[in-house]
Amino acid sequence: MGYQWNGQEIAADEEGYLTDLSQWNPELALLIAEDEKVAMTDEHWEVVNFLREYYDEYQIAPAIRVLTKALKKKLGEEKSTNKYLYDLFPYGPAKQACKIAGLPKPTGCV
Amino acid sequence: MSDTKRFLYVNRKAPHGTIYALESLEVVLIGAAFEQDVSLAFLDDGVFQLIKKQATTGIGVKNFAPVYRALGDYDVKKIFVERESLEERGLSEDDLMEIVHEDDEEEEHNSIEIVDRARMAEIMAAQDVILSF
Repeated sequence: MGYQWNGQEIAADEEGYLTDLSQWNPELALLIAEDEKVAMTDEHWEVVNFLREYYDEYQIAPAIRVLTKALKKKLGEEKSTNKYLYDLFPYGPAKQACKIAGLPKPTGCV
Repeated sequence: MSDTKRFLYVNRKAPHGTIYALESLEVVLIGAAFEQDVSLAFLDDGVFQLIKKQATTGIGVKNFAPVYRALGDYDVKKIFVERESLEERGLSEDDLMEIVHEDDEEEEHNSIEIVDRARMAEIMAAQDVILSF
């Protein structure tokens, strides 16, 4: 599958993760979010942007428990619980948020 | 936990000529979800995996070296590097990247420990499971 953005065909794998990370941009993120039935708010962007920063630094999409631990340090207790993240991304925060962030599927996600 | 086993992942090959180094890293990260007692060992050409400032643009493969620095986030805190293997390749601890982990008080500690060959043998003897890459 892929995404139609700005008259271009953006390639993605069968689950909807971008094939080429460098093609990502915030508008494309909104399009992917729409496909995932996620209405993006500032809180969603906080997580998505955090994932992009983490990937930039470590070249890896973190597993959910690593994500919650790292978010706790950065955004505090309230914004790092499983419940908070599942409220934002009901089909799995690591999977859905990574997809919207244009990253590969998280490693170590069981 | 009483059913925790001691796992040692042994890395012996240079990072990019084969798929072993990357596969080992992936297995470690996936295995980390199972809350076992995990250690990593780097010896022979495996010590090259931890060299700092790797650049892979020229060989057209992904540079996965930064992933090692995320190991602390995955609660992998024990990384043993064999001194003789470093010396035989003209390397020292200064050539290795920095890998840290945090304790419960959020204090950072170095995860890498340089050990000699005899100590490495003891570490291996103390494991329940050894996976060699």
